[in-house]
Parts: sequence; structure tokens; C-alpha cells
Amino acid sequence: MKFTLHVWRQSGPNARGEMKQYEATGVNPDMSFLEMLDVVNQELIARGEEPIAFDHDCREGICGSCGIVINGVPHGPRRRLANGKIEAKTTCQTYMRDFTDGQHLWLEPWRAGAFPVIKDLVVDRSAFDRIMQAGGYISANTGGAPDGNAILIPKRDQEKAMDAAQCIGCGACVAACKNASAMLFVAAKVSHLGILPQGQPERAQRVVRMVEQMDKEGFGNCTNYMECEAACPKEISRQFIARMNRDYLWAQTQDLETTSSGGAG
Amino acid sequence: MQLNSNVPPGPLAEKWQKHRFEMKLVNPANKRKYKILVVGTGLAGASAAASLAELGYQVETFCFQDSPRRAHSIAAQGGINAAKNYQNDGDSVFRLFYDTIKGGDFRAREANVYRLAEVSVNIIDQCVAQGVPFSREYGGQLENRSFGGAQVSRTFYCRGQTGQQLLLGAYSALCRQISLGNVKSHPRTEMLDLVVVGGRARGIVVRDLVTGQVSSYVGDAVLLATGGYSPVYFLSTNAKGCNVTATYRAFKRGACFANPCYTQIHPTCIPVTGDYQSKLTLMSESLRNDGRIWVPKTPGDKRSPDQIPESERDYYLERRYPSFGNLAPRDIASRAAKMVCDEGRGVGPGGRGVYLDFSDAIRRRGEKYIRDKYGNLFDMYAHITHEDPYKTPMRIYPALHYTMGGLWVDYNLMSNIPGLFVLGEANFSDHGANRLGASALMQGLADGYFVVPYTLGNFLAGCAPGGVSETAPEFKQAEQEVSDRLKKLLAIKGNRSATWFHRELGKVMWDDCGMARSEKSLKKALARIPELREQFWREAGVPGNGQGLSPALEEAGRVADFLEFAELLCIDALHRNESCGGHFREEYQTPDGEAQRNDAEFSYVAAWQYQGQDKPPALHKEPLVWETVHPSIRSYK
Ligand SMILES: Cc1cc2nc3c(=O)[nH]c(=O)nc-3n(C[C@H](O)[C@H](O)[C@H](O)COP(=O)(O)OP(=O)(O)OC[C@H]3O[C@@H](n4cnc5c(N)ncnc54)[C@H](O)[C@@H]3O)c2cc1C
Ligand code: FES
Repeated sequence: MKFTLHVWRQSGPNARGEMKQYEATGVNPDMSFLEMLDVVNQELIARGEEPIAFDHDCREGICGSCGIVINGVPHGPRRRLANGKIEAKTTCQTYMRDFTDGQHLWLEPWRAGAFPVIKDLVVDRSAFDRIMQAGGYISANTGGAPDGNAILIPKRDQEKAMDAAQCIGCGACVAACKNASAMLFVAAKVSHLGILPQGQPERAQRVVRMVEQMDKEGFGNCTNYMECEAACPKEISRQFIARMNRDYLWAQTQDLETTSSGGAG
Repeated sequence: MQLNSNVPPGPLAEKWQKHRFEMKLVNPANKRKYKILVVGTGLAGASAAASLAELGYQVETFCFQDSPRRAHSIAAQGGINAAKNYQNDGDSVFRLFYDTIKGGDFRAREANVYRLAEVSVNIIDQCVAQGVPFSREYGGQLENRSFGGAQVSRTFYCRGQTGQQLLLGAYSALCRQISLGNVKSHPRTEMLDLVVVGGRARGIVVRDLVTGQVSSYVGDAVLLATGGYSPVYFLSTNAKGCNVTATYRAFKRGACFANPCYTQIHPTCIPVTGDYQSKLTLMSESLRNDGRIWVPKTPGDKRSPDQIPESERDYYLERRYPSFGNLAPRDIASRAAKMVCDEGRGVGPGGRGVYLDFSDAIRRRGEKYIRDKYGNLFDMYAHITHEDPYKTPMRIYPALHYTMGGLWVDYNLMSNIPGLFVLGEANFSDHGANRLGASALMQGLADGYFVVPYTLGNFLAGCAPGGVSETAPEFKQAEQEVSDRLKKLLAIKGNRSATWFHRELGKVMWDDCGMARSEKSLKKALARIPELREQFWREAGVPGNGQGLSPALEEAGRVADFLEFAELLCIDALHRNESCGGHFREEYQTPDGEAQRNDAEFSYVAAWQYQGQDKPPALHKEPLVWETVHPSIRSYK
């Protein structure tokens, strides 16, 4: 197979970027999208040109490093599966057999004010880390934890918490949203901990602090386009956003301990 | 040099308790005067950094990914062991200890392994307290499954994403300490050298991967939790960024590297399909709870699996190892797969594959049961192969997965360089010659949460804080050396990518130092590796000027280290004239093809010490002392 690539090239955070054209030839349909880029990069290196920078690590859809907008879709176009469901996947789980031979492919980084471009297709997602630092934890120092079975957790709740906890923090939700909102990411974490009994003592301050930090980072508001849910490689449900909104309203009625960040630390 | 394991005296079961009491403490008010540098934020690094910061130490963390949460631990699938005996099936600390020692083919240090089993129970409690959503029974209690090499059910899990959830737990504890100002996190920062001042590890040299700036950090102790070196084989189940650079640089500064030849090849991975492939994907061992492994009885049988009747299938693990069956340990299951494929009975393109078949389990318990338990693994398989594993058996083949070897450490997890501690997969300590499934996560968290917070305190109690700065000549010299090496890489200006050399090296390692090794193949590899290295420094191409983000430069640096380290691995493999665990020397096997250990000559840890460029490394032996266990023939039949 062969493809014509149009790739966003930007040499540094403050440089101007532009779309540049490359030909990818001799592509095997079973190659992953990133393996196709590896081949293009090897050719660039052979010619002494700078390879296309993109983030990646696990290459199996779990670390959340990779993220390219392919033909306008974060993580690339999604197939309809045999069972009628739309496939959920990351860029590294995208395979060349899902494109047509000779197709033009447009590769861009996540576009969001809160995710500045570092180089080419690599963006700075440290805003997510700062949101987590604002409250995405349960204050439980090492040592002294009660027996794991001391708290019984109904299977239903554990499964629901796990559905939310599966978020890989890739940022596709932000890239997909017209407002560049991070609601799905924040809602996933707030819900994961908020559903579990261990998360109750800090539930109110957690949601307030994380939402405040999200706003501070410059993410947009949620106006219910729900593109985030469609783009999420882990199928995190929009219901968690509704849940977080409820939690946030409820938290306003609580007496919040706001003096020190980090809870009981 | 004499390597002292510093294992405390006394009965096995009391060593750790007693040692904990006898270790010195740092006064709470003094703790904040000590700076600890933690390189790596996987399970081992993140848990250590958070726990040490909670105690009051000043901590700085480093990782090369853009966030600590993306360390390779995130990819662990199947689960984590703990001797909770929640299932009432006869588990105990001693049984977990014994299984791990036997699983490691009697090549690990007794006292370390016992401690690991002992603290395993605290890990689960700690993780639950942090909100890790482990699988539960309908009654709300924690659920377990079985892993290879064990006859009890002691593995805790979160669907097929256990590593992710455990890491997010440790990362959230780390986040809390960052917000409290006790930890400073440096993502996208790669350690390129260790700085030793006056015989003590006092800092590191790093490159800021965004700006390209080289600089140093000073600390009172350095903790390396930088993971394993499987990608020395190029194709492995590890993340692309996994590397040996941090530990190899420490080796070149004097830290001993122990048992580098103990590498683990995992039996159930998706087979190689083409020469463009960049990595291999694991299908978790937990699948062997419900999947049955088989090949056709007749060589060259090309029928599709559903056309092969039961009577013409060979469930070779169940046949050869009736008491463990499909849950035989990894080294054994991998070699058995190689054997049937060598006999021409392999399936799929190239005949390098065996079936992992779920049809019995689906028939017995329904598709939903399987989907709930392994859904994400089945999806992953379908993504990659374009086949539906609910309908047709998975095809799997062994691949490089884990490295038991690592920097030598004593009982306190300190290397032979005072002040340099090594945690998680980066050290050699607990798994001997073969690691059992679900034990790496356990070890990483044991080291980070429950061992190093004590043993580091004991070390620091004996040294005054501070006293060295980045302007010390040792730091300046190390920085200069790092910068010179980066310049040298940029100056080669060849036209072959580092990837090309990496792939070539991988072929040599897999063919000549892989699942089976021999004196002949190892000598061949030892002749080829230096040639490849020389070619690298002549023909590699690294575009750019080294400023700003430069993935090509990062990769070239790591490949250059692999090209040196591979030789050390082969030297170790050649010297160990026995077969044990993952180290299978063709010359040393029983008539039925099992590994043949040689306890009389090789019951020791081989710790190699750097002697200078182009000089062979020196071998130091730490004899393994057996106070409780009597090494026996390791049988799973
Ligand atoms: C696919 C897969 C599945 C697995 N499943 C299981 C399982 O189910 N159960 C189990 O027990 N084990 C499993 N393992 C093994 C286990 O995941 C690892 O052994 C373990 O997570 C290693 O943890 P770690 O903290 O030692 O290192 P890692 O998690 O590898 O972390 C290494 C850290 O070091 C940093 N680093 C490395 N080099 C440098 C450098 N030069 N400078 C700065 N930072 C650096 C990285 O950024 C990273 O933060 C699995 C492994 C794989 C590959
Ligand atoms: S590279 Fe890890 S999710 Fe894609």
C-alpha cells in the first residue's frame, strides 16, 4: 500500500508550524499506524532530515502516550465492528489495513490551548498532572491500612469504579471537544474515587479542587457535544460527567476544609 | 572485592522483623534535610518516592515519559500475588516464599524472597486503601485467580489492567506529595549518568528532553527504579522506551551487574508477523486459567483448528506436566512451545505458533463469563490480528518479556556503591533464574512501599545531610562526558537509523542467546556484537543539533548502551555452564529436555564489575546460602 501524508511540522514550542507532505510507500496492511511512521522516519533519517516527532511508549493502548489527530479524528477514524459497535482504540492500535490504498492522511497534534505543542505531533499534557495533584487521590499514607477485606465493596460499585478508572489520560477527549473541555478526564477520576467507600471522606473537596484546577488550566466548558465520549479509546461514559456535575453541586453545600491542599498529609 | 549480602542473622521468619527493629532511624525533624533522587516512576519508583516523602524526606523524581503515570508498569495485565489465603486453599507466607524460590530454580536469595512474601499482604491492604478497584466477589470480598507455578489462587487483579490500577494508585499518592511540596517531579528527563563522590552515590546527570539541556542533581542518596532491559532483544513485550541506560551507566561507574543472562521469555504472546514489527504484545498468563494450549499431533497439519478433531490434538502441557497443566511456569511453557514448533507442529504463518483455545471454557461458562474476565485482552488480540478469539483459538508464541538480572543489591536493596539503592525490575534480587507470574508487581511495590523506607533511613542515619554541590569536579566531569557523548552521536552523520542497529542486535540476541543458548551460539554472538557496535559508531545517523526534543538522539543513546550491554549479557550466559530457569544451555539438559542445574558449581550470584573500556568485566561470586530450603530438582510434572 502507499499513502500521501500531510504532517504538522513545528520545530519547537515557539516556532511556526506548517503541514508538510511525505510519501509512505511499501506499507504492509498489517503495520500499525506508528510502525508506518517508523518507516517514514527511517527514510528521513537516511536522508539526514529530522524525523517526525510523536509520543508513544507501550504501543498497546494502555500508557496513554500516543495521540495523533488523523484526518480530523483524534486517534484516527473508527471502524464499525462486526457486532455493530464502533471500535474504541488509540493511535497505536490503528492499523493500515483500515485505510484505502493511495489515501491522503492528515496528521495533526492534539489542538487545545491547555496542551501547547512542544514539537511536531508532541504536545504538553502536564495540565492533566496538575489536575490530579489538586485532588485526584485518597490521603492514605503507607502503612497502617486495614485488611483489604475489612471494607466490603459490592461488585456492582467496584465494576463501575473500574469503568471510570480505566481512563488512560491520553487527552483525546480534549482534542475532540469543540471547547477543548477536559470534563471527561476529570469526571473519570472524580467518579472512580467517589464511587468507592474509601473515597468518601475527601469526596467533596476532591471534586471542587479538581474542577477549579481544570478551569485554571484553561480548558473550556462542557456544552454537551459529547464528542469526548465518542473519541475515548477506553469508552468512558458521559454519565460520569453528569455524576461529577451532581457531586460538584452537592459539594458546594458542604463545609469544605480548604486551608491546606493535600488533605490530611 | 567481597560482596556482602548483609542478610541479618536469626531464623528466616524473624529476620525482617528483627532487622526492622535494629535499624537506625532518622529523627523526624532531620528527615527534611535529606534529599533523595528517585529515578523511575513505575511501581517501584512511585511507591518509594511517595512513601519517603510521607516520612518527611525531600524527594525529586525523574522519568522519561511526559508523566509519571505512563511508566511501563502501566502495561502489566494479569495481577499481583499476595499470601492472603482469602480462598482458604492452603496458602501462606511460607508457601508463597517456597513457590517463588522454586519458580526461580533455586537461584535467588532466601532471605529477600521470604521478606517479599511477608510484606505481600500489606501491599494489597495499602492499595485497597488508595482506592485500587480490585476485582470483587458478589459478597464484596476480594477475588483471586491463579497464575503459573502455583497451585493456590493468590493473584489479585483489576480486569486485565492490574498494572495500570496499581500504578495509578502509587501515582496518586505521589501527586498528593507533589501538591504538598514534598516531591518535585521531573518528567521528560532522562538520566544519563551517575555521579559518585568519595565512593558514595551523590547525584545524577540528566538531559531535559524538551530543551536538550544537560544538568546535574545532587542528593544524599540515589534510588534507581528504572525497570528492565528486555528490549536488548529489540522485539519484546515491553514498552518502546524501556532501556538499560540508567543501570548500565551505574555499572560503568562501579555498580555490579548481577545475573544479566537471566532473561524471561513469556510463553503467550502474539506471534511475529513481519520484519517491520516494532514490538510484541503479551497475552496475559491469566488466560491460561481458562485457555488450553495445544498443537496438532501430526507435523505439517494445515487444517483450520475447528477441523482438527479432539483425538488429533496434543495438549502438550497437560500431557507433560499433569499436576500444573496449562499453568506450568513460563520458562517451561516457553521451551515446550519451542519444542513442538521445532518438531514441525507449530501453527500459523512460518509454523511459529501454538493455539490457546477458550472453546471449552466458553462452552462451560458462557461467552459473557470470559468477556467479563478477559474482555480487554480479547479486544487487544482482535485489534492486532484481525481475528475473533471468541470464535477461533488465539495463536501465540513465546517472546522476551522480563529480565530477572539487574544491578546487584544487598538485603537492604543497596548496591555495592554506598548510597545507590536499586528497586523493582532494575535490581536482581528476588526472582532467581525465572520469575513467576504476578510477582513483579508484588516486588516493585514491596521494595517501594515497605522495604526501602526502612533501609534507606538506616543508611542515612549514618551520614550527615548535604556536603556536596553540583559544582564539585565529579559533577562537572560527568556532565562533560555526557555532553561529549551526545556530540559524538550527532557527529557520526551516517545514514542508518539507530532502529536498524537495534533490530540487527535483536536478531543476534534472539537467535544466539534466546530461548536456547550454547557455547557455540554465544561465541558467535560475542564475535558479532562488537562488529555491530563499531558499525554503529561509523554509520548511524542522528539528525539535528541535539537541542530541543530529539527522539532520534534519545533512541541512539539507548541503542549505543544496548550494544555494549548485550556483550555483558552473553559473557554471563557463556560462563554459566548449567541450565536454570530462563537460562537454558543446550549442553545441559536432562534426557527429557528439562533444564539441568549444577548446584555444586553454580549456586551463586554472578556479579560483574566494569574494568574499563575494552577490558573484560571482573566476576564476583556471592554464594547462595541455603538455611531453610534444600534445592531440589524443580519438577512440575
Ligand atoms: C506487557 C506486560 C505485562 C506484565 N504483566 C505483569 C503482571 O500481570 N504481573 C506482574 O507481576 N508483572 C507483570 N509484568 C512485569 C511488570 O510490569 C514489570 O516488571 C514492573 O512493572 C516493573 O516496574 P518498575 O517500577 O521496576 O519499572 P517500570 O515500570 O518499567 O518503570 C521504569 C521507570 O524508569 C524510568 N526510566 C527508565 N530509564 C530512565 C532513565 N534513563 N532516566 C530517567 N528515567 C528512566 C521510566 O521513565 C519509568 O518511569 C508485565 C510486564 C509487561 C511487559
Ligand atoms: S503508545 Fe501507549 S497508548 Fe498508544
